[in-house]
Amino acid sequence: MFSTLAEMFQYTFLVRAVVVGVLVSLCAALLGVSLVLKRYSMIGDGLSHVGFGSLAIATAMNAAPLAVAVPVVVLAAFLLLRLSENSKIKGDAAIALISTSALAIGVAVISLTTGMNTDVCNYMFGSILAMSKADVALSLILGSSVLVLFALFYHRIFAVTFDENFAKATGIKTGLYNMLIALLTAVTIVLGMRMMGAMLISALVIFPALTSMRVMKKFKSVTICSAVVSVVCFFCGVVLSYLTNMPTGASVVIFNLAVFLGFWAAAKLLPSMKERKTAL
Amino acid sequence: MALLKCSNAAFAYDGHTAVEGLTFSVSSGDYLCIVGENGSGKSTLMKGLLGLKAPSAGSIETGDGLIAAEIGYLPQQTQVQKDFPASVEEVVLSGRAGRPRAAPAGKRNALSAWRPYYGRSDKAIARDNMERLGILPLRHRCYRELSGGQQQRVLLARALCATKSLLLLDEPTAGLDPMATRDLYRLIAEVNAQGLTVIMVSHDIGAAVQYATHILHLQQRQLFFGTTAEYLTSPEGMRFIDRTEFAAEGVEFNV
Repeated sequence: MFSTLAEMFQYTFLVRAVVVGVLVSLCAALLGVSLVLKRYSMIGDGLSHVGFGSLAIATAMNAAPLAVAVPVVVLAAFLLLRLSENSKIKGDAAIALISTSALAIGVAVISLTTGMNTDVCNYMFGSILAMSKADVALSLILGSSVLVLFALFYHRIFAVTFDENFAKATGIKTGLYNMLIALLTAVTIVLGMRMMGAMLISALVIFPALTSMRVMKKFKSVTICSAVVSVVCFFCGVVLSYLTNMPTGASVVIFNLAVFLGFWAAAKLLPSMKERKTAL
Repeated sequence: MALLKCSNAAFAYDGHTAVEGLTFSVSSGDYLCIVGENGSGKSTLMKGLLGLKAPSAGSIETGDGLIAAEIGYLPQQTQVQKDFPASVEEVVLSGRAGRPRAAPAGKRNALSAWRPYYGRSDKAIARDNMERLGILPLRHRCYRELSGGQQQRVLLARALCATKSLLLLDEPTAGLDPMATRDLYRLIAEVNAQGLTVIMVSHDIGAAVQYATHILHLQQRQLFFGTTAEYLTSPEGMRFIDRTEFAAEGVEFNV
């Protein structure tokens, strides 16, 4: 086990991947709690498809992938948020419209330029080889800003997630905080997308939150538990991906699924957990 | 000077007037009940009083040093909250999330008043209000596992954390059993007796005339505004009470 790890970390590209991946899983897990509770899970999925489209276009134009994808996905996030708040087209249908269109445009651009090759497979399902040195620097800066902003606005994010009307009535600018959540989610998704794959990145947002909600009963413990679950699953997933040559996204999601089932079974099978008078 | 004053105010959605002709005032210590049938404009007026919706005509003025953001609000429960993982303490404390820090006068600007975390005074206020409503022993319990009556107490404590002067309640007893309903009305009356002004939207006319000092009766426009005693002898009041009592008897008869 330790020899495998030692061997893995001789490769600088793997160290990079793990550092960025851990940071992204942390951000995704923290934001995920709020997104899942606000019934915004599908926004994450929609954004990753938009991300795929913009990466394809960036590659075709020979532009830096993150520099193109970050602003495009942030814009899409604001759009999706507005659509799910007030619109004649229902939110979930609007998200499906946008995400499939972005996917189609991405696939069309790729097939017209480079052709469908292994790159496309990597975009879709993730690869540990995806991170360049410049990407790592940008990811570290953006990822740590997401963490800092989340920590600073934690109580207001809770208030807005729990009861938007009350928060608004007591003077919290809820529109601003919804936009902040959308912005942070967009940045996190773009950063994690190439490692996790466009098809699978939304699992990183949704799984840890749902997993910890099986057992935890306080917002704070749900948040902390999600962060731990997410980082552990990511790390195990990367090791599995290294050992088996499986796409990283797939192996990380499989670990997340396993932990989710474990937590779910624990909540069902251990009656003592349900009857406990004081919550965790 | 009144705490709150509505002058010929109206509210509209997409150009369709929901309620109009609102002229009433609320003084400090009043207990105003807004009654009317479904679709009469009660909830719309509530949004207006909270500052979530601007009047399409007329005006709403606040006086006596009431800041719009210092209104305590007990909204109707949402679907999201029913399975929300949060402890009682976390929910009650969130009533303080919108409060600016008490800064020395003159130095009050947005930046110096902003703080990311709850201070000691916030926690003390939350604790006092939990104690006041008898939910202090529940503070580590999970909100979603409480009974409906307990959940309403938690939300009332949160509302009290946000205000010193005015409490707005939107159908606070909806979905509660008769016991819990009575308990909650008593708590609200107690809070009112301690000096807090209360404005409650309700279709429970019996409780309204029992507890409120003033009644505002809406039917897409203002039918009646005045004290409860005046309401009981007014044609609108007599008609509305008759009808609801008749309906209640009908229900009993069917059972």
